[in-house]
Amino acid sequence: MSLAMWMMNVAMAAEEVAKHGAEEAGGKADFILEEVADHVLVPLPKVLGIDLSITKHVLMVWISAVVVLLLFSLARRGAGLVPRGLANFFEAIVAFLRDDVITPYLGDDANRYTPYILTVFFFILTMNLLGLVPMGATATSNISVTAALAVMTFLIGQVAAIIRKGPFGYIKHFIPPGIPAFVVPILFIAEIMGLFTRHFALAIRLFANMVADHMVVFTLLGLIFIFNNVLVAFFSVPAAVAIELLALLIAFIQAYIFTMLSAVFIGMALSEEH
Amino acid sequence: MWSLALAYLGAGLGAGLATIGGGYGIGRLASAAMESTARQPEAVGDIRGMMILTAAMIEGIALFSVIVAVLLVFVAKAA
Repeated sequence: MSLAMWMMNVAMAAEEVAKHGAEEAGGKADFILEEVADHVLVPLPKVLGIDLSITKHVLMVWISAVVVLLLFSLARRGAGLVPRGLANFFEAIVAFLRDDVITPYLGDDANRYTPYILTVFFFILTMNLLGLVPMGATATSNISVTAALAVMTFLIGQVAAIIRKGPFGYIKHFIPPGIPAFVVPILFIAEIMGLFTRHFALAIRLFANMVADHMVVFTLLGLIFIFNNVLVAFFSVPAAVAIELLALLIAFIQAYIFTMLSAVFIGMALSEEH
Repeated sequence: MWSLALAYLGAGLGAGLATIGGGYGIGRLASAAMESTARQPEAVGDIRGMMILTAAMIEGIALFSVIVAVLLVFVAKAA
């Protein structure tokens, strides 16, 4: 009986604290979300319900595209039988991607989809790395950017499968062979759902990794301000440096994982047997 | 006020449980990598590559729930 009364007292006290604490806690923690959120740079009107304002993430996407185009145009000069300079550096990465990532999953179609897969890798890598420099923002920490990339992989795989197998063959691809007929609708729905879930997870994985890295760094540094004590910096700053180095590693790994899974999903869409 | 409290509680519990799952998964991965490297030290290069790759995928799953927790914390209103 007294336990219930104690719990009720605790609940009432918590309500009092919450009423006062909600504004304070929300106010102090909001700046963390501000740092990873998007900022509008050039407000533009809405067209057909789509806000066309130029935000920081849009600017970083453009800068990444320009950087990738410039780097590879410069690298073309050294291309040849024996690559020199920048082309040598890129050829090592390109050869690794083609031999270990694309060919095992795409087989004969490797040459056709290699341009897209390589573009995805270097584009995502550039966007991730540009988020780690000061005054830069991670464009891939915007769900719209990662969703657009995942939609591209989805469309390329499915459209290529429809063109190769025809609409009827494309539908048949989702039905595993050798099962009794009354199970077919359930498995068909499960296959379709698996298709969409795979690509959705592709977008969310990259987005979550990029947002989480930066949010942890900002939270660690924000502890200094939440506690209003300079001594917290002796713990926060080294921890933030370590997490930032981890974020550098994660930038490379997540670009590689997105690329590999794109190759896997396109290969799965194009595969003949189930 | 209860909705805000429950949202924060849910976010905290969710993040903690996800860390448990991710930590356990990556711990098993690391132990398998250690054992197989001890068995065959010349395969350490391949094992290291696969270990980092699969660790990043397991971490990605744990981060799915970080997103949910962040949504709970920053979108919950004192209704």
